[in-house]
Amino acid sequence: MAEKVIDARNTFCPGPLMELIGYMKRANLGDTLELLSTDQGSATDVPEWIKKVGHEMVSTDKIGDVWHIKVRKVK
Amino acid sequence: MPQKMNIVCVSGMRERLQMAAMIASVAAAVGDEVSVFFSMNALPPFLKGGTPANAPAEGEFGALIAQDGVPPFRQLFEQAVELGDAKLLPCSMAMDLLKITEKELPAHFGPPTGLTRFLSDAEGGQLLSF
Repeated sequence: MAEKVIDARNTFCPGPLMELIGYMKRANLGDTLELLSTDQGSATDVPEWIKKVGHEMVSTDKIGDVWHIKVRKVK
Repeated sequence: MPQKMNIVCVSGMRERLQMAAMIASVAAAVGDEVSVFFSMNALPPFLKGGTPANAPAEGEFGALIAQDGVPPFRQLFEQAVELGDAKLLPCSMAMDLLKITEKELPAHFGPPTGLTRFLSDAEGGQLLSF
Protein backbone atom coordinates (compact mmCIF):
# COMPACT_ATOMS: atom_id res chain seq x y z
CA MET A 1 0.00 0.00 0.00
CA ALA A 2 1.39 3.37 -0.96
CA GLU A 3 2.32 6.05 1.52
CA LYS A 4 2.44 9.62 0.37
CA VAL A 5 3.53 12.76 2.18
CA ILE A 6 1.69 16.00 1.36
CA ASP A 7 3.64 19.05 2.40
CA ALA A 8 1.15 21.83 3.14
CA ARG A 9 3.36 23.66 5.60
CA ASN A 10 3.02 27.44 5.57
CA THR A 11 -0.34 27.34 3.86
CA PHE A 12 -3.46 28.48 5.64
CA CYS A 13 -6.93 27.07 6.13
CA PRO A 14 -8.56 25.59 4.17
CA GLY A 15 -5.53 24.98 1.93
CA PRO A 16 -4.18 21.89 3.75
CA LEU A 17 -7.59 20.23 3.83
CA MET A 18 -8.19 20.93 0.13
CA GLU A 19 -4.77 19.50 -0.75
CA LEU A 20 -5.48 16.39 1.24
CA ILE A 21 -8.85 15.88 -0.41
CA GLY A 22 -7.34 16.25 -3.86
CA TYR A 23 -4.78 13.54 -3.11
CA MET A 24 -7.38 11.32 -1.44
CA LYS A 25 -9.46 11.37 -4.60
CA ARG A 26 -6.53 10.14 -6.62
CA ALA A 27 -5.27 7.61 -4.05
CA ASN A 28 -6.04 3.90 -4.08
CA LEU A 29 -7.99 2.07 -1.40
CA GLY A 30 -5.73 1.30 1.51
CA ASP A 31 -3.22 4.04 0.72
CA THR A 32 -1.96 6.13 3.63
CA LEU A 33 -1.47 9.86 3.23
CA GLU A 34 0.53 11.98 5.65
CA LEU A 35 -0.33 15.66 5.70
CA LEU A 36 2.26 18.10 7.05
CA SER A 37 0.70 21.32 8.24
CA THR A 38 1.65 24.34 10.34
CA ASP A 39 -1.95 25.52 10.41
CA GLN A 40 -3.68 24.85 13.72
CA GLY A 41 -7.17 24.82 12.22
CA SER A 42 -6.24 21.92 9.98
CA ALA A 43 -5.23 19.79 12.95
CA THR A 44 -8.89 19.75 13.97
CA ASP A 45 -10.48 20.14 10.53
CA VAL A 46 -8.84 17.08 9.00
CA PRO A 47 -10.07 14.60 11.63
CA GLU A 48 -13.56 16.15 11.31
CA TRP A 49 -13.50 15.61 7.58
CA ILE A 50 -12.20 12.08 7.93
CA LYS A 51 -14.98 11.27 10.39
CA LYS A 52 -17.68 12.86 8.25
CA VAL A 53 -16.63 11.17 5.05
CA GLY A 54 -15.73 7.81 6.59
CA HIS A 55 -11.99 7.30 6.11
CA GLU A 56 -9.57 6.16 8.77
CA MET A 57 -7.65 8.49 11.09
CA VAL A 58 -4.30 6.78 11.63
CA SER A 59 -2.47 9.29 13.84
CA THR A 60 -1.87 12.95 14.62
CA ASP A 61 1.48 14.05 16.01
CA LYS A 62 2.91 17.48 16.55
CA ILE A 63 6.66 17.62 16.01
CA GLY A 64 8.00 21.11 16.70
CA ASP A 65 5.65 23.46 14.85
CA VAL A 66 4.45 20.90 12.38
CA TRP A 67 1.44 18.62 12.61
CA HIS A 68 1.87 15.23 10.97
CA ILE A 69 -1.59 13.93 10.25
CA LYS A 70 -1.83 10.40 8.88
CA VAL A 71 -5.01 9.16 7.25
CA ARG A 72 -5.95 6.05 5.31
CA LYS A 73 -8.34 5.80 2.40
CA VAL A 74 -10.83 3.07 3.22
CA LYS A 75 -13.62 3.70 0.75
CA MET B 1 -28.76 13.03 3.78
CA PRO B 2 -26.48 15.79 2.49
CA GLN B 3 -27.13 19.30 3.73
CA LYS B 4 -27.76 22.09 1.27
CA MET B 5 -25.55 25.15 1.55
CA ASN B 6 -26.58 28.11 -0.57
CA ILE B 7 -24.50 31.23 -0.80
CA VAL B 8 -25.33 34.56 -2.44
CA CYS B 9 -22.39 36.82 -3.30
CA VAL B 10 -22.97 40.43 -4.23
CA SER B 11 -19.93 42.11 -2.75
CA GLY B 12 -16.70 42.45 -4.70
CA MET B 13 -14.63 43.03 -1.58
CA ARG B 14 -11.81 40.58 -1.07
CA GLU B 15 -12.61 39.51 2.48
CA ARG B 16 -16.22 38.71 1.64
CA LEU B 17 -15.33 36.72 -1.46
CA GLN B 18 -12.66 34.93 0.55
CA MET B 19 -15.07 33.93 3.31
CA ALA B 20 -17.71 32.86 0.79
CA ALA B 21 -15.09 30.77 -0.99
CA MET B 22 -13.88 29.21 2.25
CA ILE B 23 -17.40 28.21 3.24
CA ALA B 24 -18.20 26.92 -0.24
CA SER B 25 -15.05 24.80 -0.41
CA VAL B 26 -15.25 23.39 3.11
CA ALA B 27 -18.97 22.63 2.83
CA ALA B 28 -18.41 20.94 -0.53
CA ALA B 29 -15.50 19.02 1.00
CA VAL B 30 -17.72 17.47 3.66
CA GLY B 31 -20.33 16.46 1.11
CA ASP B 32 -22.86 19.28 1.35
CA GLU B 33 -24.69 20.28 -1.83
CA VAL B 34 -23.29 23.72 -2.44
CA SER B 35 -24.68 26.39 -4.75
CA VAL B 36 -23.22 29.86 -5.02
CA PHE B 37 -25.12 32.66 -6.76
CA PHE B 38 -22.85 35.46 -8.02
CA SER B 39 -24.42 38.82 -8.73
CA MET B 40 -23.61 42.55 -8.84
CA ASN B 41 -20.06 43.35 -7.74
CA ALA B 42 -19.22 39.72 -7.13
CA LEU B 43 -19.19 38.86 -10.85
CA PRO B 44 -16.48 41.15 -12.27
CA PRO B 45 -13.64 39.51 -10.29
CA PHE B 46 -14.26 36.31 -12.27
CA LEU B 47 -14.26 37.70 -15.79
CA LYS B 48 -11.76 36.15 -18.17
CA GLY B 49 -10.11 38.01 -20.99
CA GLY B 50 -8.75 41.39 -20.12
CA THR B 51 -8.07 41.85 -16.44
CA PRO B 52 -10.55 40.38 -14.01
CA ALA B 53 -11.59 43.06 -11.56
CA ASN B 54 -9.41 43.25 -8.53
CA ALA B 55 -11.19 42.43 -5.32
CA PRO B 56 -10.16 45.34 -3.13
CA ALA B 57 -9.45 44.88 0.55
CA GLU B 58 -12.22 46.10 2.81
CA GLY B 59 -10.04 46.34 5.92
CA GLU B 60 -6.77 45.22 7.44
CA PHE B 61 -7.47 41.59 6.90
CA GLY B 62 -7.49 42.08 3.15
CA ALA B 63 -3.72 42.53 3.16
CA LEU B 64 -3.25 39.45 5.33
CA ILE B 65 -5.19 37.21 2.98
CA ALA B 66 -3.24 38.46 -0.02
CA GLN B 67 -0.06 36.87 1.30
CA ASP B 68 1.60 33.69 0.16
CA GLY B 69 0.16 30.57 1.64
CA VAL B 70 -3.43 31.78 1.76
CA PRO B 71 -5.44 30.01 -0.92
CA PRO B 72 -6.93 32.69 -3.23
CA PHE B 73 -10.73 32.81 -3.43
CA ARG B 74 -10.82 32.01 -7.14
CA GLN B 75 -8.85 28.83 -6.46
CA LEU B 76 -11.08 27.84 -3.53
CA PHE B 77 -14.24 28.25 -5.62
CA GLU B 78 -12.69 26.12 -8.33
CA GLN B 79 -11.74 23.48 -5.78
CA ALA B 80 -15.30 23.50 -4.45
CA VAL B 81 -16.42 22.53 -7.94
CA GLU B 82 -13.68 19.95 -8.60
CA LEU B 83 -13.62 18.29 -5.21
CA GLY B 84 -17.22 18.69 -4.12
CA ASP B 85 -19.45 19.30 -7.14
CA ALA B 86 -20.39 22.80 -6.04
CA LYS B 87 -22.41 24.86 -8.50
CA LEU B 88 -21.23 28.39 -9.24
CA LEU B 89 -24.13 30.22 -10.82
CA PRO B 90 -23.84 33.65 -12.40
CA CYS B 91 -26.88 35.90 -12.10
CA SER B 92 -28.49 36.36 -15.50
CA MET B 93 -29.66 39.88 -14.63
CA ALA B 94 -26.15 40.98 -13.66
CA MET B 95 -24.74 39.43 -16.83
CA ASP B 96 -27.25 41.41 -18.89
CA LEU B 97 -26.36 44.66 -17.14
CA LEU B 98 -22.63 43.99 -17.50
CA LYS B 99 -23.24 42.96 -21.12
CA ILE B 100 -21.35 39.70 -20.78
CA THR B 101 -21.93 36.15 -21.91
CA GLU B 102 -20.87 32.76 -20.53
CA LYS B 103 -17.74 32.98 -22.65
CA GLU B 104 -16.44 35.73 -20.37
CA LEU B 105 -16.77 33.53 -17.29
CA PRO B 106 -14.60 30.55 -16.26
CA ALA B 107 -15.51 27.13 -17.64
CA HIS B 108 -16.24 25.78 -14.19
CA PHE B 109 -19.08 28.29 -13.72
CA GLY B 110 -22.59 26.99 -14.38
CA PRO B 111 -25.22 28.49 -16.64
CA PRO B 112 -26.72 31.97 -16.15
CA THR B 113 -29.40 31.59 -13.52
CA GLY B 114 -32.31 33.66 -12.30
CA LEU B 115 -33.38 34.19 -8.72
CA THR B 116 -36.63 32.25 -9.07
CA ARG B 117 -34.74 29.12 -9.95
CA PHE B 118 -31.98 29.71 -7.42
CA LEU B 119 -34.37 30.34 -4.53
CA SER B 120 -36.53 27.40 -5.46
CA ASP B 121 -33.50 25.08 -5.52
CA ALA B 122 -32.31 26.59 -2.24
CA GLU B 123 -35.47 25.59 -0.39
CA GLY B 124 -34.84 23.46 2.65
CA GLY B 125 -31.20 24.44 2.90
CA GLN B 126 -29.23 27.21 4.54
CA LEU B 127 -28.71 30.49 2.74
CA LEU B 128 -25.83 32.82 3.51
CA SER B 129 -25.08 36.11 1.83
CA PHE B 130 -21.90 38.07 1.34
